[in-house]
Amino acid sequence: MLVLLVWALPATAAAQEALAPPNNLRVIDTPSDSGGGLTVLWARADYDAPDVRYQILLGDGAEKRVVAEFPADSHYVRDAKWPWWTRADRPDAHQFNLKSGKGLELKPGTPYGVTLAVVKGADRVEAPPIKAVPEPNWVNWNQMNNLFLVLLFGAAVFASIRTAKRREIFLRRIPGLDAVDEAIGRATELGKPILYLTGAGDMSEPSTIAAAVILGRVAKRVAAYETDLMVPHRDPIVMAVCQEVTKQSYLEAGKPDVYKEDSNFFITTDQFSYTAAVDGIMLRRKPAANFFMGSYFAEALLLTETGASTGAIQIAGTDSDHQLPFFVTTCDYTLIGEELYAASAYLSKEPVQLGTLRGQDLGKGFILAVLALGTILATAGVLFATDLPMIVLDLFKDLK
Amino acid sequence: MIFLRRQFPLLITFVMGVVFAGQYYVPHPRSELMLTEVTKWLQIIGGFALVLGVTSLFHLHAVRIHRREPGWGYSFVLYAGMVGTIAIGLWVNGKESADGAMTAFGWIYSSMMVPLQGTMFAILAFFIASAAYRSFRARSREAALLLIAAIIVMMGRVPLGEVLVPVSGDLTQWILNVLNASVRRAILIGVSLGAVALSIKIIFGVERAYLGGGKE
Repeated sequence: MLVLLVWALPATAAAQEALAPPNNLRVIDTPSDSGGGLTVLWARADYDAPDVRYQILLGDGAEKRVVAEFPADSHYVRDAKWPWWTRADRPDAHQFNLKSGKGLELKPGTPYGVTLAVVKGADRVEAPPIKAVPEPNWVNWNQMNNLFLVLLFGAAVFASIRTAKRREIFLRRIPGLDAVDEAIGRATELGKPILYLTGAGDMSEPSTIAAAVILGRVAKRVAAYETDLMVPHRDPIVMAVCQEVTKQSYLEAGKPDVYKEDSNFFITTDQFSYTAAVDGIMLRRKPAANFFMGSYFAEALLLTETGASTGAIQIAGTDSDHQLPFFVTTCDYTLIGEELYAASAYLSKEPVQLGTLRGQDLGKGFILAVLALGTILATAGVLFATDLPMIVLDLFKDLK
Repeated sequence: MIFLRRQFPLLITFVMGVVFAGQYYVPHPRSELMLTEVTKWLQIIGGFALVLGVTSLFHLHAVRIHRREPGWGYSFVLYAGMVGTIAIGLWVNGKESADGAMTAFGWIYSSMMVPLQGTMFAILAFFIASAAYRSFRARSREAALLLIAAIIVMMGRVPLGEVLVPVSGDLTQWILNVLNASVRRAILIGVSLGAVALSIKIIFGVERAYLGGGKE
């Protein structure tokens, strides 16, 4: 009898421990959010197991309702994907984020009572409710690594520009840009016009801005040769900007009298109507050189294949990676991705522009080094079952 | 005047560039509200710019018709199409259907615009075939490699190909997931850095060519 009692006592104690309310329960406003979230934190317990469940309850008194339920061996701080510099507790503590959506609405500035219950079979223990107020935040600290890297890259670009002003920077040959003069010369010899397209994007896209900048350089040379230039547009704002760019280029080339106001003209914003119109221009006017700069979609092949059938020399430059195979296949020269952004520097040879290219190269070198280091650290983390490499890896994550 | 033409646009670019680059790091609803507001401004500016675009289009084709330039008939068709569509659109208050029945405006869209757009898109199939024929002629080592990769991928993407050459499915996945994906990512890294560098140059006034002109 005594032996049975001694044997049963620890079991009873363990059962009571299973029902103990969670330790160190805290409810805080979710940091770095727009105000619709609360974060519940509590210490891990010895009874954490798949058969034990946690319930998150929202509200006070009779209005209290279960808003989430999950196994006790889940929802740890380390699973929340927050970087180490914004973690609200130890990685092995529990964390649950209450967010507005899916039948739950948390209004900023309104206090809410939140509590946590532990359930094991028919037994249930509930912690006293805690009041918390969701508040909107002014800074997203999770993305500070992103800001830091942008500032670092910006500093590298400006340092490179300073260096470029002092000494010459080597620039590798880009055949597509070397061919610009050849294309313009050929058009002049044949007495045919040059067709320049700025792509499907609007003025908020960097590729469209790059296309407008390259148009300025091309127009300057076109003006010098007094060749006809046609720039059909899909976006009226891009048209207005390109009109100014072209006019200025003709002025700088000393040929303002050759400039034609209607060299830049609007067609339509509709994708295939625009494509049909430009294909028609290619077939009727038979330009000697076609430039396709900027971003493109399904119309890319329709434009370039028609241009190839007319025998025009074709130079493309795009950051639309999905259209690159079509450009490479149908154009004589293709500026791939970043070469589109390098074109302005390559054509102008200005130290300020060349310095930017060096800055980009430094950025690429940095990314390569991070890729190598990240691979080694992530592998080490798995091999030695440690979270230590995350201290470095979190710095390079795009954390939301 | 030089201030309004040069420095003032650069100042606006700098302020708006810095504010909206910073906006990305501010989760507060007011920050979102500011972005929404400025997006509306852009839409309004776009609306006015469309008037500018349509004016340019009308002017260009009016000159062609007036001078009886070669192909002026196309300009006439464009004028007839535009004026006709606008007139019918105004007549039915821009509605594509009324009382369950399609209006003339709706008919223009469904029976003319949609089939014409479909036709243009369908041409793509033929253009892909002709472009593929040109690039798959194994005239160089690179073109031969492209041809081999294309044959493997084509075999791996159709059921018959996988039946004939069972290994083509796995090879296709390897080509797409390893070779293709890594090259695409490398291009995207270069593009992203180029776009960020261009944005920095524009915000800080290093690149000014888009304003119409180079250095002062």
